[in-house]
Amino acid sequence: MNLAIRICLATLLAFGLVACKKDTVRDEVIAPPPVDTPAPVETAPAGDDWSDPSALDRIPCLRQRVVYFEFDTSNIGSEAREILSCHARYLSNRPEARVTLEGHADERGSREYNLGLGERRGNGARDALTTSGGSANQLTVVSYGEERPTCTSSDESCWQQNRRVEIVYNVR
Amino acid sequence: MPMKNRLLAVFALVIAFAFPVSAQELEIDIVDGTASALPIAVVPFAHEGAGLPPHVDVAQVIGADFNRTGQFRTLARGDVVEFPAREGEVSFATWRLLKQDYLVIGRIADSGDGGYRVEFDLMDIGRGQRVHGGAFVGRATELRGIAHRVADAVYEHIFQVPGAFWTRIAYVTARGVAPDFEYALMVADSDGYNPQLVVRSREPLMSPTWAPDGRRLAYVSFERGNSAIYIQDLATGSREIVSASPGINGAPAFSPDGSKLAVSLSRTGNPEIFILDIASRQTTQLTRHWSIDTEPHWLPDGQSILFTSDRAGKPQIYQIAASGGEASRLSMQGDYNARVSVAYDGQRLAMVQGSGNVYRIAVLDRTIGRGEYRLISPGRMDESPSFAPNASMLIYATREGGRGVLYSVSTDGRVRQRLVLADGDVREPAWGPYRQR
Repeated sequence: MNLAIRICLATLLAFGLVACKKDTVRDEVIAPPPVDTPAPVETAPAGDDWSDPSALDRIPCLRQRVVYFEFDTSNIGSEAREILSCHARYLSNRPEARVTLEGHADERGSREYNLGLGERRGNGARDALTTSGGSANQLTVVSYGEERPTCTSSDESCWQQNRRVEIVYNVR
Repeated sequence: MPMKNRLLAVFALVIAFAFPVSAQELEIDIVDGTASALPIAVVPFAHEGAGLPPHVDVAQVIGADFNRTGQFRTLARGDVVEFPAREGEVSFATWRLLKQDYLVIGRIADSGDGGYRVEFDLMDIGRGQRVHGGAFVGRATELRGIAHRVADAVYEHIFQVPGAFWTRIAYVTARGVAPDFEYALMVADSDGYNPQLVVRSREPLMSPTWAPDGRRLAYVSFERGNSAIYIQDLATGSREIVSASPGINGAPAFSPDGSKLAVSLSRTGNPEIFILDIASRQTTQLTRHWSIDTEPHWLPDGQSILFTSDRAGKPQIYQIAASGGEASRLSMQGDYNARVSVAYDGQRLAMVQGSGNVYRIAVLDRTIGRGEYRLISPGRMDESPSFAPNASMLIYATREGGRGVLYSVSTDGRVRQRLVLADGDVREPAWGPYRQR
């Protein structure tokens, strides 16, 4: 059992597959929150400069700085993966850039456990960034648990906005 | 002592300046009554001093304390027909007619140094005699505290367990939404009165916990950009950081002798339970598991620690020896159990029990069979249970109308009372130890 989980986690880290921990995935399938910009399939025109900080304001997928999670999991979904691999491409092109990954949880469950859950999500985002080309020394994870919600009503539409990792550039 | 009072006065001034005073008082509602409680009458205390009568209704404070426990049912003020102030003035027949088991009377005189002297007597109506009494002296600002001490003395005489009314609670308040938050760590009397600011921050404050001496709090603050654990002296306001390693620094819990903290640190990559020696700052790692291990709580003998872990998939309560070794699972009912609080006897454990989207407070009584759970709160977002030092009551947090509120609840779950901050979110209550006189 223990070994199975370890292998599963190792697989998760190595290939970023989702839904390894079947017991923590809820039955209900929750639609990801709407995002302002269209789906980030990056087709950067030739000669587009990924090492210039202005890319962060220019390239649509780099302007997306939040990735979302399902309840009680740190699994990286496909949409989150696209956003993270886009940021990984920038980080690998700009070694001096530094990012804090702020992990958050919704209000359900105990606060200190949610602090751990927020960190697990931050670590998941960090691992996805490093497997796609980012460097570990560019990345810091800070968990805020459920302490910094973006909304405060007790329903799923609010909770799904709070289960997130925010990508914060300290050095662009 | 004068120094302490001056500091408190400064804190009070800060609060008064920052928020309207009305927003700081906690409202009180009895949610649910009980028929099996002991009937007791508390007669308004007679003022026998030469100066102004006190601004605190001492008998009212005592009666509210009694009602909150669910173990007493006080006679309504309007049904009190006689107002004895001394033993010789008590007509036992009257109180028998009113079906009272006990009667508390008292008087307030000048103490000679500008304060008050409060004397009280406890009458056993069935036996027709005075069974207890005493006196407390203090300043006008200490009258609520004196009332709580009278209530404690009466409670202890009747139930043979010390009362826990003259105690304090710590809690966290929050205002605003991202990115403009303001967090405050507060300390108030056990009935929610007399709130005082301990520390305020624009970054999250979490997990206040009392030192066994009742003079210090440990808590988590993000004011340096990441979680760090502080210990603060309540009288002087001085504080120190005791843990600020990379990753999570969370969930402090004082050992029963006050020399150590059990904490949750993630510097090894994921949250593990550590023991931190406060004097030397040396840490000893207790758990080694890839899961989230957090919310440690010492058993009263200091030999074992209970904690939350999701090593089986969902959070459950585990027990481990404070000297290390293998952890064993303790909570066996419910798919989500976390944030354990332990009564002084080590036999009753309160925890957050989750089922679907409903989180309630459960008390596990280990003296009954193989352990019996009782749900003592209605849900659905209940969290952070904390036992009173005599385990007669707990305090916990929940959400109502989009904000956090606190409830006190009798340990049997029959009487609940809301303590609401009029404005903002209140959470993470921690009931302090008995106060030292």
